[in-house]
Amino acid sequence: MDGWLGVVIMIVLGVGFAAVMIGLSLLLGPKNPTPEKLAPYECGMPAVGDARERQSVKFYLVAMIFLLFDIEVAFLYPWALAIRDLGWPGFVQIVTFFLILLVGFIYVWRKGLLDWGSTARRPRRDVSSKAA
Amino acid sequence: MPDTLLFYVLSGVAIVASALVIGQRNPMYSIMLLIVSFGALAGLYITLDAPFVAVAQIIVYAGAIMVLFLFVVMLLNAPQEDAAEWDRTHPLRRPGMARVGALLAGLLIIQLAWALMRVSALVEAPVAGRGDAAAISSVRALGRVLFTDYLFAFEATSILILVAMVGAVVLARREADR
Amino acid sequence: MFNSVLDAIVPMLCVTLAALAAMGAEAFRGRGERMPIGGLGIVGLLGAGISSALLWNRNASSFGVIVADNFGLFVTLVLVVVGILTILFSSQVVERDGLPAGEYYALVLFAIAGMMMMATASDLLVIFIALEVLSLAVYVLTGIRREDPRAIEAAFKYFLLGAFSSAFFLYGIAFTFGLTGTTHLDRIGSYLAAQSLSDNPLILVALGLLLVGFSFKISAVPFHMWTPDAYEGAPAIVTGFMSTGVKAAAFAAFARVFLSAFEPFSADWAPVVWWIAAATMILGTVVGVAQTNLKRMLAYSSIAHGGYLLVGLVAANQVGKAAILFYLLAYAVTNLSAFGVIALLGSRDKPNDELRDYAGLWQTRPALSALMTVCLLSLGGLPPTVGFIGKWYIFSAAVGAGYYGLAIIGVLTSVISVFFYLRVVVMMYMQDRGADAPVVQINAVSMAALTVAIVAIFYLGILPTRVLDLATQSISTIF
Repeated sequence: MDGWLGVVIMIVLGVGFAAVMIGLSLLLGPKNPTPEKLAPYECGMPAVGDARERQSVKFYLVAMIFLLFDIEVAFLYPWALAIRDLGWPGFVQIVTFFLILLVGFIYVWRKGLLDWGSTARRPRRDVSSKAA
Repeated sequence: MPDTLLFYVLSGVAIVASALVIGQRNPMYSIMLLIVSFGALAGLYITLDAPFVAVAQIIVYAGAIMVLFLFVVMLLNAPQEDAAEWDRTHPLRRPGMARVGALLAGLLIIQLAWALMRVSALVEAPVAGRGDAAAISSVRALGRVLFTDYLFAFEATSILILVAMVGAVVLARREADR
Repeated sequence: MFNSVLDAIVPMLCVTLAALAAMGAEAFRGRGERMPIGGLGIVGLLGAGISSALLWNRNASSFGVIVADNFGLFVTLVLVVVGILTILFSSQVVERDGLPAGEYYALVLFAIAGMMMMATASDLLVIFIALEVLSLAVYVLTGIRREDPRAIEAAFKYFLLGAFSSAFFLYGIAFTFGLTGTTHLDRIGSYLAAQSLSDNPLILVALGLLLVGFSFKISAVPFHMWTPDAYEGAPAIVTGFMSTGVKAAAFAAFARVFLSAFEPFSADWAPVVWWIAAATMILGTVVGVAQTNLKRMLAYSSIAHGGYLLVGLVAANQVGKAAILFYLLAYAVTNLSAFGVIALLGSRDKPNDELRDYAGLWQTRPALSALMTVCLLSLGGLPPTVGFIGKWYIFSAAVGAGYYGLAIIGVLTSVISVFFYLRVVVMMYMQDRGADAPVVQINAVSMAALTVAIVAIFYLGILPTRVLDLATQSISTIF
């Protein structure tokens, strides 16, 4: 339990700061709403449709891969704290772990899952069809 | 005494947030409340002297898995749960079924209370006096155990992650990629 | 290479490296470029087979959690056979169905690596990770035909129930760890033998949870619900792979955990497994009779075969333990070949796995129907095939241990099962080939693999002594 006081203070300060700022602007700021002011900003165009568009499954895949590499990073934490005790064998072990996952990273990269938007290798058809 | 107080505050937050999660009509609110619940759980883990579990809870659950949930909600594009449809058609909403369910839930609570009251005397004897409990309380000691005794299991986890990666790509691939 | 700390993991390392190479090859494959990725897998599996043979009788162990004793190596060799046959049959299926080749082979190889890990692991935690590696790979393989809604449904059901059973298994590990303070099987065994925990209900909870976890994986009644749907929806070759490979690996770990670590409590679990075995044999056979889809029928048949294997586990004498190993080999070769034939007869848009699709098959494909007949007769346990020897040993083990009831149930259900196996044979030989019957092309590689498998079925059925000796040697090292 010791040593967590700093974390607690940081959480309290962070939450407190945000709360105070929002609260102050609510209390002090002048309020004069008009429908135009309440509309979401969209480059001067009238807002069309729902903000919650249906997302592509591609986002989900990226989130999935983020999760997997996130688990990988979670393993770094105990390793980083124990590195002095583990020495070089420990280094070899974590490098082996990362090398195996590197194969996965290369695979994902080469499969084009990290490509965003149009690339030289895979022209996106849906962009041109929408523009036309 | 402050520990006990902390326990009640954190468990209170966790329970209230979890109850609100299932009470929301908008899945986005549910997800945000679930993050609150996870945060309170992480606090509970710290009071139990399990800091690594707490950190993993924040990094993996409140971080990555909640992002995954958010994407699922966005993917399905269901900003509001269609409550009327559910109330009308779901077989579990028939009064008879609901009564059976309530009965089972009541039984579960009684059973859990009974088990928890009995088990404390039972568990203490065999578990006490073993070294592993100390290893969990320090992340450094955990790291030592993970990279010596459980080294093979650790390395095998990378294969597990790799399989999950290939699986995700295979199942979510676009047809054009063939 | 040998006499190092890594000895015991060499077989699974070979397969894992092949899988990584398959992933790499897929990553750098140009669009439409063809690569011999299946061949890569065969090389890795052969490496695993050779290294297992070299490790025989040496009792190597690595990291304290992987033990390459003869028991584990025997199962590893069975898995090598399963893997090679699967890849050979897949050569046609992957191309025909337009499956993503690199990922398909990588997943098959990862699954085999996980199975090998499970068969040789001597630590509950490693068994769990191995279980997850092979399960994840097999879930994805089940649904790899994404355009087929039945495959997706099968994968989804399998995944949900499988994840559920993994939770049971993990919970059992947690209880075991809480009681004994270790996840290592040897230490659990010695701890349980030294302490008198017989009045402690927590050990029974741990046993029960582990039993449920294993029963799911070997699809024993009443945890078999996922099996028919998953087996029917998956591509036939994947069904063959998971019905043999997963079962072999799960049984190896099952036997290792329950016959070594939890041996002191056999009086507690043996009666439960007795009932599970009896129910599994009866349900698998009786429901199997009513099926008209060949894949579904063989799914129930594989449930029944799981029951026969459980009989060996209940008997738990020398003959029974050796019989489990021999039966795993016999069942793997036979069942995989049968599913191989189904896979080869399918076409891209139609699986052709209904019973009536087999009417008069011998008129168009006499060789294939002869091979299928041999597989079915071996599954039914008729001499001179390997199925007969396997069943004979299992039942004599049961009689030797005094479990006459189980032996009688086993023999009766075997007799009933012959009925539905023969129904397919009758269909193939006695009916006329309809005009709309599917015409299929079969490549030479698959045909050669099938022929070799059939020769093995006869060889093991007529001259089983050599392999039986190996099986007997295998169990002497651990139990």
